[in-house]
Amino acid sequence: MSTAQSTKNCITLRGSAQIIVEYLKYGINSILFQRGIYPPETFENTQQYGITILMSKDKKIEEFLANVLQQTEEWLAKNMIEKISMVITNAHTKEVLECWDFKMQAELGDGETTDSTKLTSSKELKRIQSEIRDVMRQISATVSYLPLLDCICTFDVMLYTLQNCEIPEKWDETGAVFIQNAQAVQLRSFSTGLHKVDTVVNYKMAS
Amino acid sequence: MSQFNFLNEMTSALTLDGEISRGPVPRWQKKLEASAMANSLNGSINASRSVLSMSYNSSFSGVNPPMKTPRKVGGDAKCKKTPTPSKGAKTPSGGDRFIPNRGTSNFELGHYLIKQEQEKSENDDKDNSNNANKKSPSKVERQKLISDSLQVGDPKSARILCYQNKAPAAPESHQNPLKVVYSINTPLSTKSGSRYIPTTSDRILDAPDIINDYYLNLMDWSADNIVTVALGNAVYLWNAATGNIEQLVEYEEGDHACALSWIQDGQILAIGNNTGAVELWDCSKIKRLRVMDGHSARVGTLAWNSFLVSSGSRDGSIVHHDVRAREHKVATLNGHTQEVCGLKWSTDFKHLASGGNDNLVNVWSAVSGGTGSATEPLHVLNEHQAAVRALAWCPWQPNLLASGGGTADRCIKFWNVSNGSLVNSVDTKSQVCALLWSRNYKELISAHGFAHNQLTIWKYPSMIKQAELTGHTSRVLQMAMSPDGSTVISAGADETLRLWNCFAPDPHAAKKATAGASKAKQSVFRQSIR
Repeated sequence: MSTAQSTKNCITLRGSAQIIVEYLKYGINSILFQRGIYPPETFENTQQYGITILMSKDKKIEEFLANVLQQTEEWLAKNMIEKISMVITNAHTKEVLECWDFKMQAELGDGETTDSTKLTSSKELKRIQSEIRDVMRQISATVSYLPLLDCICTFDVMLYTLQNCEIPEKWDETGAVFIQNAQAVQLRSFSTGLHKVDTVVNYKMAS
Repeated sequence: MSQFNFLNEMTSALTLDGEISRGPVPRWQKKLEASAMANSLNGSINASRSVLSMSYNSSFSGVNPPMKTPRKVGGDAKCKKTPTPSKGAKTPSGGDRFIPNRGTSNFELGHYLIKQEQEKSENDDKDNSNNANKKSPSKVERQKLISDSLQVGDPKSARILCYQNKAPAAPESHQNPLKVVYSINTPLSTKSGSRYIPTTSDRILDAPDIINDYYLNLMDWSADNIVTVALGNAVYLWNAATGNIEQLVEYEEGDHACALSWIQDGQILAIGNNTGAVELWDCSKIKRLRVMDGHSARVGTLAWNSFLVSSGSRDGSIVHHDVRAREHKVATLNGHTQEVCGLKWSTDFKHLASGGNDNLVNVWSAVSGGTGSATEPLHVLNEHQAAVRALAWCPWQPNLLASGGGTADRCIKFWNVSNGSLVNSVDTKSQVCALLWSRNYKELISAHGFAHNQLTIWKYPSMIKQAELTGHTSRVLQMAMSPDGSTVISAGADETLRLWNCFAPDPHAAKKATAGASKAKQSVFRQSIR
């Protein structure tokens, strides 16, 4: 009987944070394209998770996202983030029109260590990717019920962190956002074994 | 700390047991002022005087319930049942059931002291939680519900951070491209080509109870000129030449036809039903020939390849049935994770294209030997951003496939299936329900939904709009082409079938050919009906 080596997939907290930050990058770009916030000519096709996602070619947007997501990854690996909100506001009236919430929940994984900083998960990457793919498709499909954003919009990314989080140099503390006449739709969630991500879209119902 | 001010205002607005600062002066206060002179307070601790307590309560609640006066001393049997404050001489003023005599309490001082305490505890720590301790549990609960519904989150333990250098806003001239999905004001641009294409329908047929489902295929036109359409629970046959209508079958409540497809040479119709089976009917004899099961959910789409009928189902699988054999299920293809809504064999029957609700188009290559096709897709095309229902193979150019996406996508994409590459993509600004090629004129016709519900004719390969055929008042569900290629019939959610004579062939050449062919076909048809 030949002994076959079984390689178990092992995801650490850092790896899980990486997966989630990648999802956020593609997810936010996809939302920017699908909601029509930037001209569609500024987007290009990329393949990820087995589907076509349109990513922005604009340097400034890329830079902004890279900076935010880098910090997010750091904090996520230490489980200091509760929620990441992408807020879409009317550029002129400063009214908040939509808010995409990505809620993070720490999970225990299925490793054998009791040390909370060395948790691992053995969930297969393919399964995680197919779950992410489902959420991305749902984001594309939201156009059928979300109201039209008929004005010039800006977007911002806010992180809801724990109280004891120290604020790095280029970051500010802000207040929460309120949407008038809000409706919330919960999209699919996915889990890496160490983090569970719920996606909710809150939008202002057009009266 | 502005969020606390807001919350405090909210709670103070909602609490009902605080000091009343507006409105009519409560009775006890009036009495207090009235009898400040009288000084008749000390005597009347008699419980029956608790009538005053009713009036005290009623000034708050506005209700005068006829209540029995509680008796500590077994007094008169029929004491006052209704509070009658007019008998005020006996009642002490400024008291109630619990403290009948309030002469000694100094309300102003008491109120001031209580307020002081509250303010002190608020100022004690700006960062909160002590407040919760001072409040009753119901207040805490109410605050929590309010803060939840206001999406404040938990201000006690979260910090909200954002990056300083923000992303740029969109340029001023940018208009949201999704506007087309919402607005009706987009102007129609009709470009007339070299021939006259009538933009209104030739004929309109009534189609009551047609099921308005994007994923079903409820109409087909046979090679011997019979149109079959499923309305409600029944399936009808309309003879396009004579105008005769007959009902083929009526299903029971709950079951209905989901897909209809004629075999190559007409007469045999495959019906996919709600339970996942494919039925074969001989329409000349109005007789069901066989039932072939194989799916666990409804069969929404069918495609014939000589003796093979391929069925696509809501369970995501495609099954090839060999209709000649007893063991009809020859292959199962699992290329989709959601409902299969489009299925088409190529004109040379070398490829099968399938479109699904999972936004994928799978191209399968045919396999000789009667097993249909390979079980792994040749190409998986994932460029569409919505469900792909419209699929059409080009009759004159080999290996060219056209696919159309749903509401979130609105594009027609052209693929070269020999290498799986995208050749062209055109944004049509409206959901694409069906696509057909016209061999006569090298054109493509596409059927759309909101906002104009039009059929658009495009010149291929330039993709210039030749004409827009309007008339449907609700989205177009299905299209089929006549056997001579001149007429297109479209079924709409507005419960009509419209015939469009858009590909009328050159009158002189075509007349003799079609006349001869249709005569021959008709006589064969008549012969078999006894």
